[in-house]
Amino acid sequence: MIHVISIGLKVGHLFLMLCCWIVSVISMNWLGNGGVMDIKTDFLGDGGKLWVKLWEKMSGNSFKVHHHYYQYIGSKRVRKTWSWKLLVIWVAFFIIVSLWVYWYMSSQAVEKRKETLASMCDERARMLQDQFNVSLNHVQAMSILISTFHHGMNPSAIDQRTFARYTDRTAFERPLTSGVAYAVRVLHSEREQFERQQGWTIRQMDTLEETPVQEEYAPVIFAQDTIAHVVSLDMLSGKEDRENVLRARASGKGVLTAPFRLIKSNRLGVILTFAVYKTDLPSNATPLERIQETDGYLGGVFDIESLVEKLLQQLASKQTILVNVYDTTNLSNPISMYGSNITDEGLQHVSGLNFGDPFRKHEMHCRFKQKPPWPWLAIMTSIGILVIAMLVGHIFHATVNRIAKVEDDYHEMEELKKRAEAADVAKSQFLATVSHEIRTPMNGVLGMLDMLMDTDLDVTQQDHVRTAQGSGKALVSIINEVLDQAKIESGKLELEAVRFDLRAILDDVLSLFAGKSQEKGVELAVYISDKIPEMLIGDPGRFRQIITNLMGNSIKFTERGHIFITVHLVEEVMHSIEVETESSSKNTLSGLPVADRRQSWVGFKTFGQEGSTSFSSSSDLVNLIVSVEDTGSGIPLEAHPRVFTPFMQVGPSISRIHGGTGIGLSISKCLVGLMDGEIGFVSLPKIGSTFTFTAVFTNGCSNLNEQKKQHISNQSSAVSSDFRGMKALVVDPRSVRAKASRYHIQRLGIHVDVVCDLNHGFSIIGSGSKAIDIVLIEQEVWDKDLALSTLFASNLKKIDRGFPPKLFLLTNSIGSTRSGIPTAGNDTPSVIMKPLRASMLAASLQRSMNVGNKGNYRNGELPSLSLRNLLLGRRILVVDDNNVNLLVAAGALKKYGADVVCVDNGKKAISLLEPPHQFDACFMDIQMPEMDGFEATRRIRDKEYNVSTRIQHGELSAETYRNVSSWHVPIMAMTADVIQATNEECLKCGMDGYVSKPFEAGQLYREVSRFFL
Amino acid sequence: MDVVSQLQRQFLDFTTSLYREGFLDDQFVQLQKLQDESNPEFVIEVVSLFFEDSEKLLNNLSTALQQHIVDYKQVDALVHQFKGSSSSIGAQRVKNVCVSFRNYCEEKNVEGCFRCLQQVKHEYHLVKSRLDALFKLEQQILAAGGSVPMIA
Repeated sequence: MIHVISIGLKVGHLFLMLCCWIVSVISMNWLGNGGVMDIKTDFLGDGGKLWVKLWEKMSGNSFKVHHHYYQYIGSKRVRKTWSWKLLVIWVAFFIIVSLWVYWYMSSQAVEKRKETLASMCDERARMLQDQFNVSLNHVQAMSILISTFHHGMNPSAIDQRTFARYTDRTAFERPLTSGVAYAVRVLHSEREQFERQQGWTIRQMDTLEETPVQEEYAPVIFAQDTIAHVVSLDMLSGKEDRENVLRARASGKGVLTAPFRLIKSNRLGVILTFAVYKTDLPSNATPLERIQETDGYLGGVFDIESLVEKLLQQLASKQTILVNVYDTTNLSNPISMYGSNITDEGLQHVSGLNFGDPFRKHEMHCRFKQKPPWPWLAIMTSIGILVIAMLVGHIFHATVNRIAKVEDDYHEMEELKKRAEAADVAKSQFLATVSHEIRTPMNGVLGMLDMLMDTDLDVTQQDHVRTAQGSGKALVSIINEVLDQAKIESGKLELEAVRFDLRAILDDVLSLFAGKSQEKGVELAVYISDKIPEMLIGDPGRFRQIITNLMGNSIKFTERGHIFITVHLVEEVMHSIEVETESSSKNTLSGLPVADRRQSWVGFKTFGQEGSTSFSSSSDLVNLIVSVEDTGSGIPLEAHPRVFTPFMQVGPSISRIHGGTGIGLSISKCLVGLMDGEIGFVSLPKIGSTFTFTAVFTNGCSNLNEQKKQHISNQSSAVSSDFRGMKALVVDPRSVRAKASRYHIQRLGIHVDVVCDLNHGFSIIGSGSKAIDIVLIEQEVWDKDLALSTLFASNLKKIDRGFPPKLFLLTNSIGSTRSGIPTAGNDTPSVIMKPLRASMLAASLQRSMNVGNKGNYRNGELPSLSLRNLLLGRRILVVDDNNVNLLVAAGALKKYGADVVCVDNGKKAISLLEPPHQFDACFMDIQMPEMDGFEATRRIRDKEYNVSTRIQHGELSAETYRNVSSWHVPIMAMTADVIQATNEECLKCGMDGYVSKPFEAGQLYREVSRFFL
Repeated sequence: MDVVSQLQRQFLDFTTSLYREGFLDDQFVQLQKLQDESNPEFVIEVVSLFFEDSEKLLNNLSTALQQHIVDYKQVDALVHQFKGSSSSIGAQRVKNVCVSFRNYCEEKNVEGCFRCLQQVKHEYHLVKSRLDALFKLEQQILAAGGSVPMIA
């Protein structure tokens, strides 16, 4: 049992090691030569050192193999065959192991069986021997009895009867004897006397007839009753007995015969013979002396068969073993004394028996009665080991396969990833290329529009051109937005901080959507609170982008009603919440109900905290709140949570019907976030949505230098100066819409009164308290009662005050306009198409009122932003190492009236641009020998920074520096390849922008306008 | 009058052929537009500067490429210059050769560079002869008392 346990322990240990190994293999993601080596070392059970050493070697190896592996991605098959070989070796090895274990355990079992058999056999043999010896001793004692009482006394004290009785009664002392007899030595000379004395003749043993003459005789005189038939038989006549008798008297010890069939019982037995001597002989008496002294012979018959049977019964385990007893005196022919003669080659044990007769040899053969049982334990153990080994092998193999598969997958993935990355790069390249390709012709278009603007156009044409230009610009900016999308996603987007006119931006946006809204009959309006400064500093492009996105969405989903953009200061909205509340849902732009816009900013943090204090702290910051309200289909409730998720649209059908990518709102959210604002919305299905966002800008008016401000006011007043001081009357029953109209008209410098119906309006005009120059009537009002309208128109004519007020209709869509007008007869009021925009409004007013000098506009005063205007008289430094380029660039700039200075390298540029200098701008080539444009710019900026800080610290007097305390000359890169990367590089080293070479008027204008506006 | 109109016709044909064959591109038109009363010789000025520059550049290129060990950086810089000036005057074909020249330069391909040098020389001489002819025509028109017609 201990053996089994120890084997189990060993096997367990082995498994533990194997498991460790497999885990290590998995963890190292490796297989190959080292694996086999590893198994071997494990097996040898060599100590830690070797193990560690190998481990190190292996890890080195594995790295190499691993590295190698990358070069042979196709070596999968090699590895597979390896793992197969390993598996086969593994399985074969464990088959051997399990066979060995089986063999070992079964041999142990056999051994144990043998031992059991031996011990049982020996035990039986010993007992048999002991009992025999007891009998033997008793027989010997009896011989002494006879010598004492028969021969020692005269007359004899023993006769046959006495002897028989005595022996019967003492038979229990001799359990193994079936009987005892005493034969006396009779010499031939004494025969007659003896025969007479006994009354019978000596008979021969086998024939039972009278014995022929012999030298001496040994007739039995006494015998136990059981064998009484032997009395008078001559013991010397039987061959066996004679030999026995002779040996017994010569040796003086008990002597056994070979087993033979007993005469009467016909059972196997042996006879023990003791000689009885006349006198006590010394132990060293010679055989001859012994023969001389012999008196008689005492024999005991041993019934071996019954004897052994009795014995085995006593031991009670007769069933388990079979016992055979042999007389092996003659080795070649052993005589069976007991037991069936089974020729069974099974397990047998031989124990020697010593019955006290050295001449005779006896053996006891034992064997198990049953065949040995199957060695189930061994079978189960070995099968168990085999099964476990197979399982481990399977796991190992599966693991290897799995690893191989995972690795293959990994490589495949790697490959895919590479391809995806390549595709991404290709996509970016494609985008860059395509956008560049689009931008270039667009610049052409814009440039041409620019030029077209310079030609003699009437006002409508001008408006068209401007719209075309605006749309073109929007297209270019959209392309930029596409490029920027990637930036937003990677968080690299940074906002510009430029001065811009919020109102102009919104006008632009309106123009962009005007066509579409008119087509759909949706009213479009903007209202900007007058508390918002004229100029803001921020990123107009991004702001516009947000508005455009929101507007775009609104217009997509709105089929009727209106889209209304309102811009307020946050503070304003906060303070007027109550006011807003009372304006009921009926009072909207188009009269349709809208979603309550206040709901859209419910979640805003700015409102959550006691916001007003946070704004007022920095007076320079302008917090705008912009709402885009529509009466569209609204957003289904279930789509609300993912409105701002990129590429999410309400449903798949949306993109089919309305187009779009679904990134607009997510971009807007990002942008709003960048502007420190928040975005939110409220949407009621079938009623409409309102998106509201806040954004923080810097006030652009406060820290302007005076000259520029003047410039700007001149620019904007160019439009409005003609109308300044005029008075207008707006007839509109809806206050919200009237407010929007008033906002636009007021921008032209016109004073506006609002009345809600025609009668009221006429009474104001008629009263003469105010000289009304312009009357604007909503189409709705006009159509409501055409008769009244016509009357109103004719009444206006009659007013005699120089010239009557001009009548205008504010209308939404082309279709509705035409229907109403004809009835007005010759007094057709002019029609102004909504959405209202300052420039468009001005143009319309001008056209019908003939105000101002048209020539003014023709020369480009109104658009006024032509390059020539911008560049006239500016001193510009052009830096390029290429003379031809230099000449061309200079020529181009000169054409626009600029005063150009050329230098051909960066160093000269640096020295020329060292403050104080007279230059208004610098165009710098990037790629120049010796010092490139970036480096030159960097140095110029360094110098400027130095000077500026020193002036500000009072170290240098500002007068020496032309009273400019902060030096920063606009530097524009000139580059042949316009890609985003270059642009970033330009900005990084302190440049303000870039223009492509050769110059394109549009681009040049855009860049230059940022500085000279 | 007859002579002038004939010359003018010839001039126009020649100019359109130049555009058609790709010797010149829009940039040359732009250049012509930059020329006005205040700057009547602008185009000729620029173009002759281009010729001057180009001769120098081509010479330098030849010597640079004949060096035992070719300094590709230098060659590249020269070609870049050449490309810039040729694109400035709108010598499109020269510019295109310059682009492939730079590619060879990047690859450090001597043979390609030599081939390109030959090509660029060839193209340069072609465009030079064309422009010379063009200016000559212009002079003739002006001498005959006509005005130079404008394309585009």
